[in-house]
Order: sequence, then structure tokens, then C-alpha cells
Amino acid sequence: MTEATTATPSPVATTAPPKPRQTRMRDVILYPLLAVFTALILGGILILVTDRAVVQAWLNFFDDPMAALRATGHSLSTAYGAMFEGSLNFGGILRGIGAALRGEGTQELAVALVPLAESLTQAVPYIFAGLAVAFAFQGGLFNIGGEGQMLVGALCSVYIGFKVTGLPWYVHLPLAMFAGIAGGAIWAAIVGVLKAYTGAHEVINTIMMNWIAISLSTWLLKVGGPMARPDVPVTPPVLETAWIPRLFDTPGNRFHAGFFLALFTVWLIWWILYKSTLGFQIRMVGANARAAKYSGVNVKRLWIAVMAISGALAGTAGMVQTLGVDRWVGVGFSSGMGFDAIALALLGKNHPVGVLLAALLFGTLKNGATRMQSVAQIPVDIITIVIALVIVFIAAPEIIRWLYRLRQPVAKEGPVFSKGWGS
Amino acid sequence: MAVTTAPAAALGAYAARRERRKAIAYGVFFLLVAAAIFVLFVRNSAPGMESTFKLNPATRERVIEVPDLVVPTRETLLVLAGLAGLLGVYQVVRGFRRVVLVLGLVALMFVAAFLVWAVRDKSINLLGIFTFAVAAATPIAFGAMSGVMCERSGVINIAIEGMMLTGAMMAVIVSSVTGQIWFGLLAAVLSAGVLGVFLAVMAIRFRVDQIIAGTAINIFALGITSFISQRFLQPIPALNSGGVFPKVAIPGLSQVPLIGPIFFNQTPIVYLLFLTVILIHFMLFYTRWGLRTRAVGEHPRAADTLGVNVFKIRYVNVIIGAMIAGIGGAYFTIGSVGRFDEAITAGKGFIGLAAMIFGRWTPFGGFGAALIFGFSDALQAKLQVLGKAQVPIPTEWLLILPYLITMIVLAGVVGRTVAPAADGKPYVKE
Repeated sequence: MTEATTATPSPVATTAPPKPRQTRMRDVILYPLLAVFTALILGGILILVTDRAVVQAWLNFFDDPMAALRATGHSLSTAYGAMFEGSLNFGGILRGIGAALRGEGTQELAVALVPLAESLTQAVPYIFAGLAVAFAFQGGLFNIGGEGQMLVGALCSVYIGFKVTGLPWYVHLPLAMFAGIAGGAIWAAIVGVLKAYTGAHEVINTIMMNWIAISLSTWLLKVGGPMARPDVPVTPPVLETAWIPRLFDTPGNRFHAGFFLALFTVWLIWWILYKSTLGFQIRMVGANARAAKYSGVNVKRLWIAVMAISGALAGTAGMVQTLGVDRWVGVGFSSGMGFDAIALALLGKNHPVGVLLAALLFGTLKNGATRMQSVAQIPVDIITIVIALVIVFIAAPEIIRWLYRLRQPVAKEGPVFSKGWGS
Repeated sequence: MAVTTAPAAALGAYAARRERRKAIAYGVFFLLVAAAIFVLFVRNSAPGMESTFKLNPATRERVIEVPDLVVPTRETLLVLAGLAGLLGVYQVVRGFRRVVLVLGLVALMFVAAFLVWAVRDKSINLLGIFTFAVAAATPIAFGAMSGVMCERSGVINIAIEGMMLTGAMMAVIVSSVTGQIWFGLLAAVLSAGVLGVFLAVMAIRFRVDQIIAGTAINIFALGITSFISQRFLQPIPALNSGGVFPKVAIPGLSQVPLIGPIFFNQTPIVYLLFLTVILIHFMLFYTRWGLRTRAVGEHPRAADTLGVNVFKIRYVNVIIGAMIAGIGGAYFTIGSVGRFDEAITAGKGFIGLAAMIFGRWTPFGGFGAALIFGFSDALQAKLQVLGKAQVPIPTEWLLILPYLITMIVLAGVVGRTVAPAADGKPYVKE
């Protein structure tokens, strides 16, 4: 966790003069925190203005001001309380520990841990998907196709998972995992090749590849389709030999070993980016492709490599979700996670550890939102809105500075990625 | 190259060689299409088969009866394959000057061949397909027009999808509440315009990366529309029944054989599209505002030096562009089905963006490209009727075609700089 504060956050930092430590801290810690905080506040306001009881109470404000305030407090505490309880449940965990210490057995603690474990489980695909976007950003590419790459990764791994039979788990599981990773990598590498050799912009092509993947999956997964069961539009279940093992046997606890794979990948990507020649070249291309070219980097080959690795990460996101959690794939599998990943990369300032922290936050939010929907009838899409707002606040720090009256930083802000469709 | 001493000459020769290689690649592609027509269609048809295309509207009484088009299947396919092959050979040997047009032609021939083959020994109402295609092309074309407006002034608008989605929802809500369908359309325009203001402020004032700003708007629109849909539209069905624009036949024009039923028996939103396309073309190329817009999109510094207010032009264009996307959004609800469902736009905004690029940032080009995409939608919908034995390809594959075409076109077209030179670059006044 210490890298978050000490390592350089953005690709420009290698070329720009060193920033004062204070500014760096503000960029990496304060702005993201304020962005998330502000987005959650706005989300709360949205919850309030769409809550009929609250609006009704405020309309009668002059008759009974306390009722208006009570309704407001009640609405907010129900919503965010449910979110907290459904995602972290610290209170329950403390009570569970207490029970265990009193010698009443660990059963209560095990049950109380389920929400937290589920938050971590939900964070796993986010970690991979966020790394995918961040890695591409570091190389100056905008991979908006995480959605399609995840889907392809999930489809490839699920296919190996239910089709190949009679293998021991130590062959079957790696095979299914590899299929997912390779599927995502190839899906993205096509875009990299097109960019390198024809100059076609990766944004529009990854979007096209998204829709191709989605159309393909609706065909593959429709009732009676090539990969679907004859009665329902989902694939057959993955065989037990290809399951990523779950680590707890409490009912509802889906925490699986993929979490540790994610932590390892965070380290691996950090190592590639900041400790390997390849990573140095990638960041060089990201900072200034032309300069990198004239200093002898094969930019075209690098673009293809960056897209392939980025796609492999996105494919892994689909793969771990499939083999570790769902164990089958249905239509509408990823539903926006590829886009949430952009927010993750921005929030984590494209640094692997930053992405990890952002993904843990998003996993928690999303898991909590599910509970919020069932308890307070607030659509889970509130999180999508919060995520969009986070992107806005991170992308335009002026808004945050203006809201909280912060001073203008000395150094220039992050790099501009989009340079038109041609280059 | 080693013998050439002047570096400029070497560079010129290099560029020429690259161009040549590209030209040959196109030719090979045309030849492949010819081969595909032969292998896929000619070999799967028998001599003596006939394909019948009905050219009269199925429902209404008509003034002028057009005879059905009946062609011998196998012979027609052979001719099409041969033509595509000839074009390919010419492209390899000599090279066409406007190869993109030929690419379109060859693609058209492939589609025609596919149709002729698909209806072998059967009949299909071609007019029905085209009418459907124009309707399906409408939101795509509005998206493309929105893109033209924004990008000609140098702002990439990737948020067309989100603007459409918002417009679609607001249209149905306001139309349901007021009972006035035109108010619904107005609401769509205004709500998308608000997102346009937001994009403009982010892109111009804060100089945020435009693709990131657009993506944020897309995510936001998806979230807010799904949120409102679940919180209000589903529990209160009265909010989600906005009615639909009726089809209005334009007197006279709608009676013209072939063209009339396709273009002039549609909903007012479709006519609005025709107006928009013509208006943008006229404004962009024949007015002072258009000249300034293009100048700002190509070289804002020069325009600024000459006294053009770069920021003002960009603000105005982005906001108008967003409003146009809003009309396209209204099509999804009050223009066709009358109710809003989550993510109802289904990526059509992105297809619109692709249509704009396909159409090389021109209004008519974008409109034409949208028609092509609409046509593939129509094919997908109408060919299902013929049955699996007749068309043994999954119709979902036809849905993939527009995306594939876009990627192929992008690979061929972009590279020569057809995009406005300053597209996507924030302008900093000195």
C-alpha cells in the first residue's frame, strides 16, 4: 500500500520537473477522495429529490419543519445505512468477534463477514478491468473496449469450462483461465494492429469491437444457440474441475482465490510499468509517441503489445468473474463494467495501486448498492451515476478546486490523450 | 532507395509506394468480394431459379402500379461477381481515383448478390425493406449530423449515445405528462442540449480530454435514465405512454413510384431529418457561420487571429449538435414504439459517430452512411421472414455487418487526414 504515496502517479511525471511533495499528495489522495465524496453527496441529493415522502415533507415545510428534516434524515440513513451494512458491516463483524470471544462459536462472525467478503469479491473484476484501462492509458491508448474484451474472455473461459471434460483440475482450470486471457488479448490486439498499420483510431474500433462481441454473444447465448442450453439463454454450468476455488463455506460467501491473483497482477503490472524496459518504453510512447519513435522505440509493435496486454487484463476480468463467481455466462454479462473501468483508471491516476484502491471502493459501493436496492428500493444505477460524476470531477479538477476553494497547483495537470481521429 | 540522395525524393517515393500498396490491398479486397459472391451464392443456386422483388407498397392503394422486378438468380449473381472482379482487376492494375466510392459500390454489389440469392425462388417486398431502412437510419443519421456539427468546429462528441438516451426518455415523459407529442420532442431537444452545454463547458472551458468528458456523459446518461426508469416509469405506467408520431404521407410526393413510399410516407421526425441534413449542408458550406466553423475546426489560431471568436463558435456548435442528437433520441420513443426502456438506444449513437466518419464529416455523406447501416438493420429484420432453410445464416451475423464495415472503412479512409485538423484539441487563447 505504500506505493500509493511514494510512486510517481502519471506518465508525465517522468519528464516534468519534480513536483513539490505537497502537490503530489493532493493530486493522488485529496482530489480523488474529494471527488468520490462530492459524487456521493450528489447521489444522496438525487435519492432525496426522487423520494416522494421527502418531497412531500418539504412541501409542507412551513407547517412542520421538523417532519421535513426527519424525512430527509430517515431517507438518507435508510439508503446509506443499508449500503454500509450491505458492503462492510463493521458493526456486525464487531458483534461477531465479541460473540467468538465470549466462546459462543464463530458462526455469527462467519455470517457477519459475508458482506465484506462479497465486496472484495465484487472488486476482483474491477481490479482487472481498471488495470486494463490504466495500462492502455500509460501507453497513450484509450481502451474503451473493456466491455467486449471481458465478454470474449468470459465466453472463451466458459466454453473450455463446460465443453472440455475428463481433465484433472490442475490442467482444466489453467486451460480455462488461459482461454479467457487469450481471448481478451486477441480481441484487443486486432484494434492495436489496425491502429499501428492503418492509423484507425482505437476508440471507435474498440467501440465497434464491443458491439461485435455483444452481437456475437446474443447469437451464441440465445435459447438453443451454439453455446446456450436448449431451454434458457445461458451457457451450461462450468465443470467443477475448472472452478476457481472459493475459500469460505459460509452460505452466500463467494470470496474466491481470484482475489489473490488480482493482487499479484497489480504487483506484476506495477513491475512491468516501472521496473522493466518494456514498461519504460510504454510510458515513453504514452508521454510522446514521436519522441519515443526517434529514440528507437518500435511504436507500432508497442501499440499492439499494449492493446494485447490491456485486452488480456480485461479478458481476465471476465474470466475470474465466470470461473470464480457466476460459473456460467448469460446475455448482458458485463453490463457496463468496461466503462466503469475508465473511472477506475482515472481515479487511480493510472497507477496499479491506485487502481487497486479505486476498485476496492467501487466493489464496496456496488455491493452496498445491491442491498440499498432491496432495502430502500433505490435503483442500483445510482452507482453508475456516482461513477460518472467521479469521472467528471477527476477529469476536471477545477470543479473540485472551485467547490472547496483549493489553490491552483503549480505544475500542469495530467496529459491529454485524445488527439483527433487520425493520429 | 539507397541510391537516391535527396531525402525529399526518397520520402516522396516512400509515400508513393505506400499509396500503391494500399491501392493493391483495395483491389485484392474487391477480388475477394467477387470470389465470395461466387463461392457463397452462385454455387448455392441452381439454374432456372428466379428472384422476385415486389416494388409496390404492401398496404396502401397506389396510383401507379409498378411491375415486380423478376431476375434470373444464377445469371444475375454471375454478372455481379464478374463486375466486382473486373473492378478489382482494374484497381490492382491501374487504381481508381476515388476508391472509397468504388468500395461502396462493391459492398453494394455484395449486398445485392446476397439479396438475390436469399430470395431465390421466393419473393420479397423490396419497398418494405427500404422503408424500414429509412426509419432505422433516422436516429443514426441524427447522430451523424450531431457529430458533424461538433467535430467541424473541433470538438469530438462521443456522447451522442448518452444525449440520445436522455432525449428518448425526456421525450416520452413530457409527452405523457402534457399529452402533447411535440412538447415531447421539444423536451428531448432541450434535455440533450443541457448535456451539450455540459460537454461544451468541459471541453472548452476546462479543456478536459474530450473523449473522457464524452464517456462520462454516456455513463451518466445511462445511469440517470435507468434510475428514473426504475424509480418512476416502471411503477407509474402513465408516465411511460407518450404516444407515437403518426405517419404523414406528403401529398403528391408520396405517390411517386418507388421513391414516394420509401421517403415520403414517414413520420415527421424523418422529415425533420431531411430538413436537418439539407440545412446543415447549406449552413456549413454556403454561410459565413459555416466558413467560421470550418476555420475553427481546422486552424483555430488562424481563425482567432482574424477575429473569429473560437470559443463562441465551439459553444454554439456543440450545443446545437447535442440538440440534434436529442431529436434522434426522440425517435426511439415517440418516433417509433412510444415507450422508454433502459438502454433503448442500443449503441445507435456510436453507429452514428461511425456514420459521420464513414461519410467523411459531411452531412450528405453521413446521411448516406446512415442509410447503409439502416439497411443492414432492415435486412436483419426482414430476412427472418424467409425462414431458416432459405437463409441458413444466423440473422445476428447481419447485425455485425455495420460494425465490420465501419472498421474496414476506418482502416481505409482514415490515414489520409479527412477529419478536421483541430478535432479533439482544446484551444488555448494566448
